[in-house]
This record gives sequence, structure tokens and C-alpha cells, in this order.
Amino acid sequence: MNNQGTAIRLEACAKTFANGVRALEPLDLEIAGGETVVLLGPSGCGKTTTLRIIAGLEEPDAGGRVFFDEDDVTALPIEKRNIGMVFQSYALFPNMTARENIAYGLRVRRLDRDALNARVHQMLEMMDIAELEHRRIDQLSGGQSQRVALARAIAVRPRVLLLDEPLTALDAFLRARLRVEIDRLLRSLGITAVYVTHDQGEAMSLGDRIVVMNEGRVVQVGTPRDIYYQPKTDFVAEFIGTINRIRGVVRGDRIECAAGHLPWSAGGSGEIEVLFRPEDVTLAAPEEACLKGRVVTSFFLGDRTKLILDGFGDREVVIETTDRREFKPGTEIAFRVDADALISLKG
Amino acid sequence: MKRPWLFYSQLAFTLSVCAFLIVPVIMSMLAGVTENFFIGIKSGVTLRWVFEVFDLYSETIYLSLLIAVVCLLCTLMLGVPTAYVLAKKSGRAARVIEEFLVLPVAVPGLAIALALIVSYGGFRDFRTSWAFILVGHVLYTMPFMVRAVLAVLSSIDFKTLEEGAASLGAGFWTRFFGIILPNIRSGILAGALMVVTLSIGEFNLTWMLHTPLTKTLPVGLADSYASMRLEIGSAYTLVFLVMIVPLLVALQIFGAPTKHVAKIEDGGGKVQ
Repeated sequence: MNNQGTAIRLEACAKTFANGVRALEPLDLEIAGGETVVLLGPSGCGKTTTLRIIAGLEEPDAGGRVFFDEDDVTALPIEKRNIGMVFQSYALFPNMTARENIAYGLRVRRLDRDALNARVHQMLEMMDIAELEHRRIDQLSGGQSQRVALARAIAVRPRVLLLDEPLTALDAFLRARLRVEIDRLLRSLGITAVYVTHDQGEAMSLGDRIVVMNEGRVVQVGTPRDIYYQPKTDFVAEFIGTINRIRGVVRGDRIECAAGHLPWSAGGSGEIEVLFRPEDVTLAAPEEACLKGRVVTSFFLGDRTKLILDGFGDREVVIETTDRREFKPGTEIAFRVDADALISLKG
Repeated sequence: MKRPWLFYSQLAFTLSVCAFLIVPVIMSMLAGVTENFFIGIKSGVTLRWVFEVFDLYSETIYLSLLIAVVCLLCTLMLGVPTAYVLAKKSGRAARVIEEFLVLPVAVPGLAIALALIVSYGGFRDFRTSWAFILVGHVLYTMPFMVRAVLAVLSSIDFKTLEEGAASLGAGFWTRFFGIILPNIRSGILAGALMVVTLSIGEFNLTWMLHTPLTKTLPVGLADSYASMRLEIGSAYTLVFLVMIVPLLVALQIFGAPTKHVAKIEDGGGKVQ
């Protein structure tokens, strides 16, 4: 179908709104053909503005330029850019049936009737919504609506597919299911896709690369693994997953802290703050353990138990264990963390 | 179960209020088909007066219908785009204009008419044509059209719908006619019924703006009560009711108090 995919390049794209608010600091971003890039960040971070600049719904401030492959599309309005877009609110046309919605972009392109019917049919099959063909939009559930919206966006064979929080309006179960479907769809189409979300789970599972944004700036760009295992800033570390912080002092090959010590091989000296993920902790007998804490709250999650511990200074520590014991509040817990699981932002 | 006295007293009250409102209308309609009003209904029933009305005043009926239809076309062509632009702009200027648009409803019709005469009365041909009345009617009914369409526009997320259509390659006009208009149909219909009803029944403005050669139905009605037999005035009222009641019924069915129009409606509907 569309196997090369169109590369997208943003050059110095900034956005200042009419009321003077700077939504986006000058941004350079390259997205390779066929790649799925997720723009991730809290609301107001500029991710949606970035997407709308790519779509052509917002114009970048003077000096900013948008390229699709080598074409400068900065001056083109959205209807001339040949993109597909999926909205959080679906934006399906209430005056049309599901089928008419899917056919809309093809009709606008004046496709002849046979080609149009064939393409609509193909889309209905692909999204597994053939039985919804003649439904009115208000007779569709949220998940069905978003399937129709996806079919509608893809039907026109767009150069790039832009998705603006497409799953946010759905409940958790549907979100998980559609996430899998979207992933499969993007892989099979080989289309360049830009996906905006504030949900890190979606970002991790869908993105070839994740662009983490905050307050109008890009904070870090990398594969999901990079972002998770090697966060570059406090913001990224805190925003993606759960992270623990411990302050201590480096003494040779260990870090001494209030609750015990941690192994350390990166050298240096003096005060240091290290971070680790809850799942990188192993419970241990007190004599083998390096840190000790007391259970404040425990949550049994089925496959694992999440424990919130205190005794580490002003911040509590969250750990996860597959141990089947029941941990009552007040229980003393000893555990260790391997040296390679420790993250130091200064290092 | 025995109904309590409270129920019956409320029923009696409601019925007497209804009677207070409806009896004069019925009396008037009966008078229109009575041979001689002073003798009463026993003098016989006739359609003579109705035919007399058509002889004397058919011009006014046609003129009223003509003005109502042209007025509707004007408010559609001006009001719908105005509402669209107002809904699209979020600035303060748009809100101020929105308020100004309601002014003609708040200002007495006589004052509007005077203002029109002062401003344009010098243009003789314009002053003596029915277009002069039309201008008054368009001014007066425009807010109702704009309000009705605005109410529906603000109840649907039309900006996103338009963005969706644009992303699929639709240019402005394709979006406007293919997506926006069909989705605000209910508002346009409500506004249109309101405009036609108001235009046909408008008296205040029209009485000031009319000339002996440009009389509308309500002006002719006033004239006939002033100068003709009571039976003719009454028959005239009958004709007027036959014209206006279906419109009012349609307004009730499709108009303001339905679905999403009612949710937002604050200004347009309450004047009625």
C-alpha cells in the first residue's frame, strides 16, 4: 500500500497565540517515513499544537517551516496536505451514516463510483465494521465510532496519519483493545504516523519513538526503552512510570543513606541523588539487604503486590514484588537494588 | 381513588384562564361568519363577509405573504452566515455584536420605524415601496434567526466537524454546504418559522412604515375594524388565524422547545 511513507520535518516551528501565550517554543523534529512517533506530555505541553501544525490546522509563527519529504507544505491549508486525522471526539458527521462518513474523503476527491465502493468496502472489512455500514452516527458506541473514524481517515490513502488522543474518550477495556488494533494497523500500513497522548502506556506500546514534551519544549526524544531506562531529566523520570529517589553520599563503591546503602560503581564523591524503578527491587533477608523500610500501605494487584514504604527521609518509596506473602502495614521490609538499575540524572 | 378538592380547584382555575384567553378569539371568529352581529348567531351563518374580505383586502394578504417570504430569504442569507461567523469568533467583539443584534427586539417597533423614516424617508421611491416595510421586518426578525442558529451551533462541536472535513480534503464551501448546514438544520428551521410568523403578524413597525398602497394584513385589519362593519373585521381576523395558526403549530413542533435548541436558548425564545 504505502510502504515508503512520507518523512515529516519541522524546522523552528513555534506557536504564539493571539492572546500572547507561547504554546510552543521553536521546535525542530524529524520523523522518518513509516515511523510512528508519539508526542507525550501533560495537558498544555504543546503536543496538540505540534500535531495541529503538522496537520495544517495551525500556522507556525513566522520562520517555522513544515516539510513532507522534500515538499514545503507550510503554506498549504489542511485540505491540501493529504493527511488523515483522527480526533479525540471522533468528529464523525452526524448527518451521515457510517458508510457515508468513510466515503466522504473519496467523494470530495471525486473518485468514480466503482472505485469508491471498492475502497469503502475494503475499509469496512479492514476495521471489521461491515455490519455498522448503514448505522447512523448516534447509534454507534465509542469504540465503534473510533473504528469508523480510523477507516474514514485511512480511506483516502493519506501521506501521514495524525491521531489526536484517539483513545482518551474510551473506557479502559476498550482503550486497551483498540490500542492493539491501532498498533497492528499502523504496522501493516507502514504509514508515517504521529500520535498525541498523555497516557504513557499508550506511548510506550505504540511509539517507535517517543517525544516527551513539557511547557512547550521537547524534553527528550528516544525509543520507549531509552525514555524509560535512561530518562534525561527529572520531568521525564517522574512522568513516565513510577520512580523512587534516594539521597545519599558516595563512599567508594557504595552510597550511604539514611535507610542503609546502595551499590555504586560510577565513582564520584559527595552528595548524590539516585533513582530506581519499583520493579527493580528484590526482597532479601536482612543480612543480604541494603535498604530497609516499613510498610505504610500495600496493594495486592494479583500478579504482584505494590508496597509503599517509609523510613527514607521525606519521600516514600514504592516497590513491587511478586512475593506471595501478605504485607501488613508496619511490617519491616528489607530489599536490595542492583547497581545497573540505578539511574543518576547528573551522571 | 377520589381526587382531592385541590385538584378540582386547580382545574377550574386553569380552565377559566384558558376561557379568558380563548373566548374572545372564538367570539371574533363567530362574528366573522354571522349574518348580523347585533342580532347574533341566530341571524344565520354566512361566508359572505369572508368573501368581502378577499374582495377588499386580498392585496394586503398577498403583500403580507410576499414580505414574509422575502424577509425569510433575507434573514436566511444574512442571518445564517452571521451566526456562523459569530460562533466561530471567540473574541469580545463577537460577543458585543451578538448583543447589538438583539437590540431590535428590545427597542419598541415604533422607535425602529421612526429611525428608518428619519434615515431613509427622503428616498421617495424607496419610502413608498413595500421594500421599506421589508427592511423594517428584516431588522426586527434577524435576531431571531441568528439566535436560533447560534443556539444549535454552540450545541454541536462544529469546529471539530469542520476540521474533520478539512482533513479529508474538503474546501470551505464543500464543508459549509455539506457539513455545517445539514447539521444546523433544526436551528435554521426553528428560526425560519419564527421569522415568517413574526413577519406576517408584525403591526407596530409596519403601521408606521406603510403607505395607503402598501398595506399588510395586520395594518389592513386595523383599518377594517376602524372603518368597516364589525363582521368584516372579524372575518378578516378569521382569515389571519387560518394563515398563522398552522405556522404556530409548526413552530411548536420544530421550533424552540425541542432537543438541543432548548438547552441553550435563552434570548430568542423568551420574547415570544
